[in-house]
Amino acid sequence: MIAEAGHYALVLAFGLALIQSVVPIVGARRGDIALMEMARSTALAQLLFVGASFCLLTALHVTSDFSVVNVFENSHSAKPLLYKITGVWGNHEGSMLLWVSILALFGAMVAAFGTNLPVSLRANVLAVQAWVAGAFYLFILLTSNPFARIAQPPIEGRDLNPILQDIGLAVHPPMLYLGYVGFSISFSFAVAALLEGRIDAAWARWVRPWTLVAWVFLTLGIAMGSYWAYYELGWGGWWFWDPVENASLMPWLAGTALLHSALVMEKRNALKVWTILLSILTFSLSLLGTFLVRSGVLTSVHAFATDPARGVFILLILCIFIGGSLALYALRAPSLKQGGLFAPISREGALVLNNLFLTTACATVFVGTLYPLGLEVLTSEKISVGAPFFNLTFGPLFVPLLIAVPFGPLLPWKRGDLLAASQRLTAAGIAALVAIALLFAWQRGGPMLAPLAIGLAVWVIAGVLSDIAERTGLFRIPFSVSLRRARGLPRSAWGTAFAHAGLGVALIGVVCETTWNSEYIATMKPDQVARVAGYELKLEGLTQRQGPNYRETLAQFAVSLDGKSLPVMTPSKRSFTTRGMSTTEAALLTRGASQLYVSLGDASADGGIAVRIYHKPLVLLIWWGPVLMAFGGVLSLSDRRLRVGAPKPARAARALQAAE
Amino acid sequence: MNPWFVFALMTVAAVFAVLWPLGRRYPSQTGGTEASVYRDQLAEVDRDLAGGLIGAAEAEAARIEIGRRLLAASDQEAVPAAGPNHSLRRAVAIVALVVLPLAAIALYLPLGSPQLGDFPLAARSQAAPDGKQPLVNLVAQVEAHLEKNPTDARGWTVLAPVLERLGRFDDAVRAWRNAITYGGDSSERRADLGEALVGAANGVVTGDAKAEFERSVAMNPDEVKASYFLGLAAEQDGRTGDAASIWKAMLARAPPDAPWRPLVQAALTRVGGVAPALSNEAMAAAKDMNDTDRNAMVRGMVERLATRLKQNGDDVEGWLRLVRAYLVMGEREKAVMASTDARQAVGGDAERLRQLNEGLKNLGVDG
Repeated sequence: MIAEAGHYALVLAFGLALIQSVVPIVGARRGDIALMEMARSTALAQLLFVGASFCLLTALHVTSDFSVVNVFENSHSAKPLLYKITGVWGNHEGSMLLWVSILALFGAMVAAFGTNLPVSLRANVLAVQAWVAGAFYLFILLTSNPFARIAQPPIEGRDLNPILQDIGLAVHPPMLYLGYVGFSISFSFAVAALLEGRIDAAWARWVRPWTLVAWVFLTLGIAMGSYWAYYELGWGGWWFWDPVENASLMPWLAGTALLHSALVMEKRNALKVWTILLSILTFSLSLLGTFLVRSGVLTSVHAFATDPARGVFILLILCIFIGGSLALYALRAPSLKQGGLFAPISREGALVLNNLFLTTACATVFVGTLYPLGLEVLTSEKISVGAPFFNLTFGPLFVPLLIAVPFGPLLPWKRGDLLAASQRLTAAGIAALVAIALLFAWQRGGPMLAPLAIGLAVWVIAGVLSDIAERTGLFRIPFSVSLRRARGLPRSAWGTAFAHAGLGVALIGVVCETTWNSEYIATMKPDQVARVAGYELKLEGLTQRQGPNYRETLAQFAVSLDGKSLPVMTPSKRSFTTRGMSTTEAALLTRGASQLYVSLGDASADGGIAVRIYHKPLVLLIWWGPVLMAFGGVLSLSDRRLRVGAPKPARAARALQAAE
Repeated sequence: MNPWFVFALMTVAAVFAVLWPLGRRYPSQTGGTEASVYRDQLAEVDRDLAGGLIGAAEAEAARIEIGRRLLAASDQEAVPAAGPNHSLRRAVAIVALVVLPLAAIALYLPLGSPQLGDFPLAARSQAAPDGKQPLVNLVAQVEAHLEKNPTDARGWTVLAPVLERLGRFDDAVRAWRNAITYGGDSSERRADLGEALVGAANGVVTGDAKAEFERSVAMNPDEVKASYFLGLAAEQDGRTGDAASIWKAMLARAPPDAPWRPLVQAALTRVGGVAPALSNEAMAAAKDMNDTDRNAMVRGMVERLATRLKQNGDDVEGWLRLVRAYLVMGEREKAVMASTDARQAVGGDAERLRQLNEGLKNLGVDG
């Protein structure tokens, strides 16, 4: 009954989505307010039914009802409760249900909180939202039904993939989906604006906060995924330029660009048409990511071809939504009203530059991810485009972007003065040069690029600090006054500062980890000692232990630095009997922002065990950076003020450029 | 609770969500307008100016710009609001009341299984053995006991053969491993573990299984089961001579009344003849058959061989035998296909591939 109720709720949600995707649009055309308002009640009811469906599936997993195929294939009665719950979205069907649940959540939020939106805009937005939802409900019901049943339930389930039995699964996919799906709101707004044929001020006020919410979650989701890969996969890599990772990075890059162009639109009413295009592109990339990950096209093009139902269905959704929205854009964009004017050297100009670099970077990732797939389809030749390609293309694009970052916030709206901005950044420039010089002196003969890259990071962080110092008048006026000013600064300004500083922090982490990482890989026997970066690790012994649904081999390492003993590290290897798989559980010892990382390999016949020990200097900065960025996003989001870009009054008549 | 009752309640809720907006009265102005956004913005500029966040000149410039937008927006706002469209509303109400429930049922019925109840694990394990699958329930109980007391070696030893009989070979392998870990190593247990591994590999003596049998024989050279399977491994590897000598040695040492004698003898005759896959009795029977029957028998054997090779393609000798058989039967096309399959199957191993290619060349089917 639980399973069937969940199943029926999903069917009803699909029915409601169909009504919601037609009636409000008709209402908006005919000017009938009741029909337009129907979008709100159906959106809320959709959340009710999909939410119920999701909760019921969770209940099935928790009670280990193996008469449901999804539970049988992905759960085990001996699994700890947490993994029974996270296992709900640790598989294809369940994760698609999570996807639509979050979509319904966002739709319901627009319905509930969108009271200050013009009625027809709200109706159109929710109708577009229902198109997306309807397509995915149908996808789930026809090709990936999580409520399919087995008449003769087996005694025991097949267990969840052991790699997924980790706290990371509890956090990473929901975050990532909140990000992916959150961009559907800006997409719906963009398509609704195209349908209405006009972009009003309320449109601009709404798109930025929604984009920001999605962006914050996506940032955290990607960072979390990267940290999870780092400690779970057992060899200390944190980014692999894997297509699945790229699939999440592309919407992030486009979303970051969207965030900045939405800012221009909100404050200055400019770049409207471009923002609409970016909204469409960002969500299209989210859909593409879903397609890549969910159709199985990545594991093998051929595997995809042998069981094509799912892949073809998502591909169809992808083509209809991307093609349809872009066609609508081509049709309607020229008739939209152009926005405000600005000079090339201005805050707007800086943000356009930012958009240019971010979209180009996104395009390179796009090419690097899809080219191998296309080649395999056409010539069935398998190539892999890995780190070298991305380092060579993505890196050079980010360098000028990072150099430009500190200038942006210092330039005034509408028309700015590059020279004045540079003068105010002198201190930051000096700090960067000093950092480079010190690093060269310290490491003598090491890699050339590392000090330069760290100098760049210092430049970004120092630039942010000088911006804040400038705004609060630090060192020019009494300290207490600048403290008061700092408190009075809009929270969005602090948000910008944190987000930009996070970029620099992450860069420092990346450079230090890749340049000064030291490792020790060998087979060790008990009482042997390994020396890595000044640390001494002594293998004290191996023990066996029985976990709830696995057995594990634990190794105890006594760690000491300069004779001082540090906490014991116990990496382990777990073997899961049901699936016959094993996972490595790395042991991490955090010292400041640096980490010592120990993971186990296979045991050898003579009682030794393969051990990989890494010392990763400042590695944690890689993830503190994104956390700072997300924190900046939250700060900016909490700024409930309206945003008006106050331009400096024109001192001299200057030729203004059109925005688009 | 009856599922249909729950479905009906849910449907009513969904229909209500559609009908409710139709029945409400709306104030003439709901939702925000563009002008109100600009008015809010003007107020914001005043607040910023008062708080000292922007200078007077900037505030003035911002006010002028917002004012300009406000004027433009006010011009546009004179859109005539159309009245309610009653026929349209009636159509939507009909859709909600009739089409939505019907469509939901029509979609649900082919997908769902409303006749199936819940089967939560707790309820199932408490239920008394219902006579239909008593063994399965008993096994579940023993398994639950062993999950809690994994060091109970006797429990594992009892459970493992039952699991094997149920066809759950992977679990049986795990059970024997646990029995060895907690109950000590012995030649019998190693042999049983190997047998479970063979079962898990659908009758193929894999490398893992062979290793277990070898360990067992190392502990006790007279271990019958392990010796028999080592012979079988040799036969499956195509080393029929080795297989025959292992089994001959077993029979030589065995007491005359050993219950396994017939089995080993049968195995020995299987590999002892000139035509390795054909036993003497079968040959004798074949002599008496007419041509059609004989062909059918040969074909059956060839097919069995082909099926076995499909499951385990490592066996170079087997592949060559298959190709030879097809050539003898005059089916050259199938022989060529089989040799292609064989190359794919052993392609991972350079040494085997070389053997295969040489053999194929001798048969005259090298591609």
